[in-house]
Amino acid sequence: MTTRKTAELLELYERMYLIRQVELRLGRLFADGEVPGFIHLSIGQEAIATGVASVLRADDSVASTHRGHGHALAKGVDVERFFLELMAKEEGMCKGRGGSMHVADLSIGMLGANAIVGASIPIALGSALAHQVRGTDALAVAFFGDGAMAEGTLHESLNMAALWQLPLVFVCENNGWAEFSPTSRQFVASLDKLAGAFGIPYARADGRDVQAVAKASERAVAAVRAGKGPRVLEFTTHRFRGHYEGDPQKYRDADELSGLGEHDPLSLLEPRLAKAGVADAQLQSLHEAVDARVDAAVERARKGSAPDFEAGRADVYTQTGAA
Amino acid sequence: MAEVRFGKAINLALADALEQDPAVFLFGEDIADVGGPFGATRGLKDRFGDRVRDTPISEASMANAAVGAALSGLKPVLEIMFMDFMTLTMDALVNQAAKVRYMFGGQASVPMVVRTPHGGGISAGPQHSQCLEAWFAHVPGLKVICPSNPADAYGLLRAAIADPDPVVFVENKALYAMKGELAEGAGPESIGKARTVRAGRDATVVAYGAAVHTAERAAGQLAEQGLEVEVLDLRSIQPWDEAAVMESLARTHRLLIVHEAVEAFGVGAEIAARIGEIGFDELDAPIMRIASPFVPVPFAPSLEKAYQPDAEAVIAAVRKLCA
Repeated sequence: MTTRKTAELLELYERMYLIRQVELRLGRLFADGEVPGFIHLSIGQEAIATGVASVLRADDSVASTHRGHGHALAKGVDVERFFLELMAKEEGMCKGRGGSMHVADLSIGMLGANAIVGASIPIALGSALAHQVRGTDALAVAFFGDGAMAEGTLHESLNMAALWQLPLVFVCENNGWAEFSPTSRQFVASLDKLAGAFGIPYARADGRDVQAVAKASERAVAAVRAGKGPRVLEFTTHRFRGHYEGDPQKYRDADELSGLGEHDPLSLLEPRLAKAGVADAQLQSLHEAVDARVDAAVERARKGSAPDFEAGRADVYTQTGAA
Repeated sequence: MAEVRFGKAINLALADALEQDPAVFLFGEDIADVGGPFGATRGLKDRFGDRVRDTPISEASMANAAVGAALSGLKPVLEIMFMDFMTLTMDALVNQAAKVRYMFGGQASVPMVVRTPHGGGISAGPQHSQCLEAWFAHVPGLKVICPSNPADAYGLLRAAIADPDPVVFVENKALYAMKGELAEGAGPESIGKARTVRAGRDATVVAYGAAVHTAERAAGQLAEQGLEVEVLDLRSIQPWDEAAVMESLARTHRLLIVHEAVEAFGVGAEIAARIGEIGFDELDAPIMRIASPFVPVPFAPSLEKAYQPDAEAVIAAVRKLCA
C-alpha cells in the first residue's frame, strides 16, 4: 500500500522524470533540426523547479530564466503545447513566436521564461507587488541563476522587496557557471551575505535533493504567505549540459564533466523510493507512462501547423475593437 | 469648463483614474510624500494611501516591476522623473513590456503607463533635458503620447491608463505651468488622433508637445505676412495620425514637421519618409523639418536658446516652402 508520504515522493519523482525526459528529447530534436534556435537545458537541475513548485498554489506566480523549461513544466504548463511551441507551431503555447526562452502560461501564473539575465527578478517583484496591493495571500517566485547575482536588478529588487515587505521568494539556482565562466570569476560577494545586508532571511539547501528543496521552500513560502516579507533561497546544483545545446564546453575540465552523474537528482531519489516500498515494477510503469506522454506530445507537435505571420501582426497591440 | 494648469490636469487625470479603477497604482521617485518634482502627483497619497508609493532610485527594477504588476492584475502608472532616466528602463520597456503580448501568443496585455517629462529650456543640462520619444516609437508594442495642452494632458492620460497596452506618456516640462480649459466631466480621448489647432491653406505644420506652441506663434506671425499655415497637433506619436496629415496636405501641398527632439532619425524623419511615399503626388515642395541639431542639449541659457528650434526657424522654413 502506498502511504501519503510515498505518494508525495512519487509525485516529485514523476515531475522530475518528466522534465528530464522532455529535455532529453528536446536535445535530440534540436540535434536533428526539429527544434530551431537556441535551447538551454536544465538537466541536472530538475529538483529545484520541482521542489519549489510543489509547495506553490495555482494563484502563485513564477518568473523564470532562459533555462526555464523545468520551471514551466513544474508549474504545470501543458506538455503538448510546450512541444508545439518549441517546434515552432501555431498551436504552441505562444503560437510559435516565443520559443524556448519565452515559454509562458499566464493562466497558471507562469510569467514566462526570459532571455534577459536578471529580468525575472524585478518582474516577479512587480507580481508580488500586485498580490500585495490586491490584498490576496498569493506570492511570487523569482527564479534566477548565479549568473544574475552580478546584475543590478537583483540588488535593486532585494532592497525594494525588503522595503515594501513584498510576498516574494528569491530562488537562486547556483550551478556554478555563469554562461561560460565559473561563478568564482564573476561574483565576489555571496548571496547569504547579500540577503543579510537587506535583512532578508536566507536559507541554502542541496539543490540535488528534491526533498531538501521542498522542505526549504515550504518554510519560506509559509513565512512569506503569512505576511513576514521576502525570503531568499539558494540551491546548489549542477549544469549537466552546456550553456546552450551544441556548446562544446571547452571551458570545463574533463573531470567535472565525467563526474556529473554523481549529482543526478533522480538517482538520488530512487533508493529512497525503494526504501519507502516502491517496487521496481512500479517505477518502471511510471517511466513508461511518462515516456509515452512525451512521445505522444512530440508526435502531436510534429503534426502542428506553421505559424501565421499575418495573424501575428494583430497581437503587437491589443485589438480593442475601437476605431 | 474650468481653467487648469497642465500639471493640475495630469493630477486630476491620475486622481480620477485611481478613483474609478481599484487596479490603478501609482509609483515613482518622490511622487507620494512630496508629490513629484513638478507637483503632478501632489495630494494623491493623502487621498489614496498605499496605492501611491515612493520608490527607491531604482529605475530599471521599477519599470520591470510595472511589467510584472501589470501581468498580475494591476494597472501601474510609473513616473520616471526625467526622460533622460528612461535609458535605465530600456530592458523593461523594449524587451519586456513591448514584447509580452506578441511573444506570448496574445495571452496577455501589459496595461502599464510610464509618465516622464522631456524637453529643455530650463538650463537643466545634457542629462535632464532630452527628448527621446523616437526611441520608444521605434519599438513595436509600445504607444507614445505627447500632449500639448491641459485638456489633452487630462484626456490622453486617462486614455493611456485605460489602454490595455504599454504607453510612454511624455510631458514637456515647459508646459506644466500652462493654463487651459478643461471641460467638466471630461473623459478619455482617443489615442492616435491628431487635432487641427489652426486652419490654413498655404502649408501644413505638424508638431507635438511644446513645439505646437512654437508652430502656432510662427503661424500667427506668418499670417501677418499673408501666409496661412495649418497647424496640426499630432498628440500621439505612436500611433500617429497619417490620415489627418494626408488630409491637410491635400489642401496645402506643403509640409513642415517641427519638434524639439533631435532632427536626425527622429519622429519628423519617419513622417517625412512616409508622406514622401504615400503623398508624393500632393507635394508642391520638398518636405522640411525644423528640430534640434545633432548636439547634446547644452546648459548655458545662451547655448540652449541657440539649440532649441524657435518660431523664427519655423517662419523661415515656411517661407522657403512657399517661395
